[in-house]
Amino acid sequence: MRAFYGVTLDSPLMLGTSQYPSPAILAQAFRESGAGVATVSLRRESGAGRDGQAFWSLIQDLNVRILPNTAGCHTVKDAVTTAHMAREVFGTRWIKLEVIGDNDTLQPDVFNLVEAARILSDDGFEVFPYTTEDLIVAERLVEAGCQVLMPWGAPIGTGLGLNNEYGLRSLRAHFPDTPLVVDAGIGLPSHAAQAMELGYDAVLLNTAVAQAGDPVSMAVAMARAAEAGRIGATADPMEPRDMAAPSTPVFGKAVFE
Amino acid sequence: MKVILNGSPFESAAETLADLLVAADLGNATVATAVNGVFVPAAKRAEHPISPGDAVEVLAPMQGG
Repeated sequence: MRAFYGVTLDSPLMLGTSQYPSPAILAQAFRESGAGVATVSLRRESGAGRDGQAFWSLIQDLNVRILPNTAGCHTVKDAVTTAHMAREVFGTRWIKLEVIGDNDTLQPDVFNLVEAARILSDDGFEVFPYTTEDLIVAERLVEAGCQVLMPWGAPIGTGLGLNNEYGLRSLRAHFPDTPLVVDAGIGLPSHAAQAMELGYDAVLLNTAVAQAGDPVSMAVAMARAAEAGRIGATADPMEPRDMAAPSTPVFGKAVFE
Repeated sequence: MKVILNGSPFESAAETLADLLVAADLGNATVATAVNGVFVPAAKRAEHPISPGDAVEVLAPMQGG
């Protein structure tokens, strides 16, 4: 099992913490699914509301690994500054690095992503870059110090699944020793299973669970699907073929004519 | 002295970033800070001077995907 910066995770499900109907449902979704990583963010705090303090208390009680993100950052400076602030608040070197290049698709700006990844890696961060399935960009990210890659399945929040399965499979083949996570785009448990069947090490999702009619059940379904895909991938699946081959032996069949 | 705190005008007599957090009722909160776009670690807040017009960001844990 590939480790994430030296950390082996029991569950292949990484779960976001946004958009749940209530904090109680968020906590229950984590508990019942067994998700081992929670993604979180940083936003402005007010002395009147102190919303962040209550949220942080809730997350600490989950007893899971924290993966802060730089969501909403469009420049290297924004992402690097946010990462430093996150490292102090959350007490972790892990950072889910997002540098967004387009507001309609939330597609990563891969050029600035590589630059930010290099700066942060040199500064001791353990970077989880939210990227595309582009092989060359992935190579540059690894050269910049990333020991994990997180290509998108589809744009954030769309639930479209794995838009480019070939690209994701190529990435797996090209980086056999690097932990890979499909981050974003997963809408159904079958998508999670598909990603894991490709040999990926984890899936990261949020909207598909939080916005489901029953988020807790969907979190459980995602966890089981991801686990099923993982087991299937390690069970040496058969090669598909075009023509039928009988599974029941022909030898010994009765003749009635 | 007036500063811009999280995007809004804020009036206080604070001379340091640590004092400003206390004035904003965030003295004991789990937050990270930046002044004029530069991260200021918690250990440096007490010695970081605040000047009129400074843009101060005070961020806390929040939901994220």
